[in-house]
Amino acid sequence: MKQEIDISNDSFDDILSMLKDRYGYDFKNYSKGSFLRRTHRFAREIGATSSFDLKHQLLNNELVFKHFLQEVTVNVTELFRDPVYYKDLKGKVFPILASYPTIKIWHAGCSTGEEIFSMCILLHEAGLLSRTKIYATDINPSNLEKAKKGIMKMNLMKDYTNNYHQSGGATDFSSYYTAMYDHAIISESLRSNIVFLHHNLVTDAAFNEFQLISCRNVMIYFNKDLQNIVLQLFYDSLSSLGFLALGLKETIQFSTVHEKFSIVSKNNKIYRRID
Amino acid sequence: MMTFIKSFDIIVIGGSAGSINVVITILKSLPKDFQIPIVLVIHRMKNTVSHLDQLIVKEAGIAEVIEPDDKEQILQGKIYLAPQNYHLLVEEDFSFSLDYSELVYYSRPSIDLSFDSFSQLYQNRLLAILLSGANKDGAESLRLVLERGGTAIVQSPETAEYVAMPKAAIELNSSVHIKSPKEMVIYITELNS
Repeated sequence: MKQEIDISNDSFDDILSMLKDRYGYDFKNYSKGSFLRRTHRFAREIGATSSFDLKHQLLNNELVFKHFLQEVTVNVTELFRDPVYYKDLKGKVFPILASYPTIKIWHAGCSTGEEIFSMCILLHEAGLLSRTKIYATDINPSNLEKAKKGIMKMNLMKDYTNNYHQSGGATDFSSYYTAMYDHAIISESLRSNIVFLHHNLVTDAAFNEFQLISCRNVMIYFNKDLQNIVLQLFYDSLSSLGFLALGLKETIQFSTVHEKFSIVSKNNKIYRRID
Repeated sequence: MMTFIKSFDIIVIGGSAGSINVVITILKSLPKDFQIPIVLVIHRMKNTVSHLDQLIVKEAGIAEVIEPDDKEQILQGKIYLAPQNYHLLVEEDFSFSLDYSELVYYSRPSIDLSFDSFSQLYQNRLLAILLSGANKDGAESLRLVLERGGTAIVQSPETAEYVAMPKAAIELNSSVHIKSPKEMVIYITELNS
């Protein structure tokens, strides 16, 4: 909470434009409150003595920037977080996906992969996994490296198992992973149809067409303007009548694309492209 | 000497264990035409559906409690509740902004993060109220509220079911107002006149 160094609005803007020029990452339209707080936290962590010092370190040391990227983007995630959402996904979306000969899913902002693994487990249980290709993207290369390994801490598995059962899962959850000392590895067979790609929602374009796009609790870190741009990107990346799944407290209601989608699940924020 | 009743553009109430009844007492007594938006930031369990919004509506006999979506505009006369499992912040255009980052003092929503965010935007137009609780969330951020010209009220420890949270805030900030729930009701009701 204490803010040892004071990053003024001007020097914050200055740091952001420098990061864009130097590394190609554009944080200008990130939600300011969250991003500034995390920047302060990072400055404290590396012992920056002033906003000039922070800027200097970020500019001249790519490792510091990589560390910054790790710390300022939020990488908090769980297996089967929001069990109610997965119930709706299974009940309202999968039966329609099942009518496609091949299914393509884009998981945008996949972080360290927990939500994708959850979806793969459900696709597997619905008998759809073998004809599904999942494109998992994230802004942060080290998240993707971690996600590719499918490893998580064993002490979290109890909560995850509980989440899974709350979402309506009926299988012995431990059959989906292998325990290795204090870690659990998600079964290779569940992960074999996932393609991990580096993609920045702010600067990169559409790259394929999907029947389902899942982007949960990613856009809450963007301001309204950027949310509109990204939602348009999702619209353009969906096939006709494709689904869009957002976080429980995210909505397209305040966006410029709200008339282009119908509501599949009001509470769990699942939408469907109208045309 | 005349007393000037200061007015506010927003009231943010933070509470943890033992705070729900105080929140209900306050909301129950609000005049029907109370215009200042109220934001409740209350600790609760994650990943279990809690229906706290419905409980408050029922017990306080008020029209509605809104758990805002991300980027929802803050409106006059409304009562908001921080959604379960998110930090609740405010954007420069006076819309809510949600944050799913790490827990702060084992809590999400964090009272500290909300007090800090709202006081940055509202400055001296913020009334922050901290209620009963068993940790020290809210204490540090009340310092920021006061530094930025806002007003802070802390529940008097002798009326609090759990004293740790009010005590921590009072120890760190000598200029907070210390009030019982009854006195809070009087203070808030007068803001409307």
